[in-house]
Amino acid sequence: MKPFDYLRASAPDDATRADATIIAGGTNLLDLMKLQVMSPDRLVDITRLDLDHIEDHEGGLRIGALVTNSDLAADDRIRRDYPVLSRALLAGASGQLRNKATTGGNLLQRTRCPYFTDTAQPCNKREPGSGCAAIGGQTRLHAILGASEHCIATHPSDMAVAMQALGAEIEIQETTGATRRVSIREFYRLPGDTPHIETVLAPGELITAVILPAPPKGRQVYRKVRDRASYAFALVSVAAIVDVQDGRIAAATLAFGGLAHKPWHDPAVDRALEGAEPTPELFDAAADVLLADAVGQGSNDFKIVLARRTMKAVLAEATGLKEAA
Amino acid sequence: MNISLSINGTTHDLDVDPRTTLLDALRHHLDLTGSKKGCDHGQCGACTVMVNGRRINSCLALAVMHEGDDITTIEGLGSPEAMSPMQEAFVGHDGFQCGYCTPGQIVSATAMLSELKEGWPSHVSDDLVSAPKMSRDEIAERMSGNLCRCSAYPGIVAAIQDTADKETT
Ligand SMILES: Cc1cc2nc3c(=O)[nH]c(=O)nc-3n(C[C@H](O)[C@H](O)[C@H](O)COP(=O)(O)OP(=O)(O)OC[C@H]3O[C@@H](n4cnc5c(N)ncnc54)[C@H](O)[C@@H]3O)c2cc1C
Ligand code: SF4
Repeated sequence: MKPFDYLRASAPDDATRADATIIAGGTNLLDLMKLQVMSPDRLVDITRLDLDHIEDHEGGLRIGALVTNSDLAADDRIRRDYPVLSRALLAGASGQLRNKATTGGNLLQRTRCPYFTDTAQPCNKREPGSGCAAIGGQTRLHAILGASEHCIATHPSDMAVAMQALGAEIEIQETTGATRRVSIREFYRLPGDTPHIETVLAPGELITAVILPAPPKGRQVYRKVRDRASYAFALVSVAAIVDVQDGRIAAATLAFGGLAHKPWHDPAVDRALEGAEPTPELFDAAADVLLADAVGQGSNDFKIVLARRTMKAVLAEATGLKEAA
Repeated sequence: MNISLSINGTTHDLDVDPRTTLLDALRHHLDLTGSKKGCDHGQCGACTVMVNGRRINSCLALAVMHEGDDITTIEGLGSPEAMSPMQEAFVGHDGFQCGYCTPGQIVSATAMLSELKEGWPSHVSDDLVSAPKMSRDEIAERMSGNLCRCSAYPGIVAAIQDTADKETT
């Protein structure tokens, strides 16, 4: 690890005005600092800020940025009203890591692309303009949607996929002290030719909270497919919120992990399902919409098939088709 | 930087570079070598300690960030002369071979049982709303952050099950 100055924030302004890299749980940042993938000169520790509450808010919930992944997953309101989020959190990392990992840090965790963490390899995300070692390399964890010739990495978070399906908003404190809210649907960026810029956050900005809308109607499902039964990142994951009324899908929101540079949400997939009777044929047609532009890189071609199958299985569960069969 | 850490009920003053992880502070500065360094990247669990009663990976924690916290290491759970129930159960069930992962397993398992008692669900819990039930699958899932390269898992699971059974009777 390279040397750095350590500062402790006692108010949000200390963090936004410090000209320093924020550290919360540290489970991603310290890992990358040890590998010298990230080498900040200054760290500002935000863990003493009063951002660790989950409060009722506008019919939904306001989750402070420092609420740990464990506390969020175990919260009674989340378990009852937002089970997709609880399930996504519990499918990620380990008990120890979830106790330290925070809501804000989880949203901003970096990709698990093995070339990103290997400083001997070219990587546009780590070192803009150096190239992308993943293209033509081992791409088991890489994207099939929304990738560019500059970067094919995926976003590794499970939590963010559930929040994407829920249409959460991210509350940000700007360096001027003002606050703005950004929908998670507009928060993440595709790699394009600037894969090192991953979100709409400007340098110094602090995530203060995530706001969940009122609990959605219908069933919520999160399914994660991975190389081990526990403690592994997603190859493909699907978060679904589906409301069936009188034998038809009244509303559906699907989000996907492991497929792209951001937790993926395609409104056209939701529209393909809405108003129709749930059948395997309908699910296939919606998967066609999702995967119309999917491109494999070789060793991740299987994800195109896996995404379809996982999506269909989740839809069968969420619409009750599985019980009927 | 001068900091003070509260470890196993004792306050220690130490002078550390900000880069020092909690694990290195324990092992190199305080001679508390029970917590082990395996992967040093949060993947193996050998460095597990409790901070304010919750298990964490001390390799992915900076010592300077834990001033004022209540830290418990394997040394704080018991000693060879006065073992904790979990330590005794690991000995009784042969929950180890080489022993390197054992302190992390024991600290993790001790904290895991409190999480279960608090009613935290897990990935394998069928139902999120009611209190989780103890089972082999629950133990395996909740302990997946602790690897044992000797694969002494049958003994580890038996030791944890036994400790949980004794706590409830
Ligand atoms: C072995 C291992 C396995 C894992 N498995 C999974 C998995 O299966 N699924 C999964 O989803 N995750 C997994 N993770 C990742 C884990 O969830 C993240 O490391 C964690 O959520 C990051 O949160 P943190 O608070 O520790 O972030 P930090 O490490 O403190 O910060 C991460 C980034 O966010 C920035 N940041 C943090 N908080 C704020 C804020 N409030 N405002 C602005 N910027 C901020 C930091 O500057 C940094 O760039 C795994 C991690 C490890 C080490
Ligand atoms: S896929 Fe992205 S993160 Fe991975 S090597 Fe290429 S540029 Fe870097």
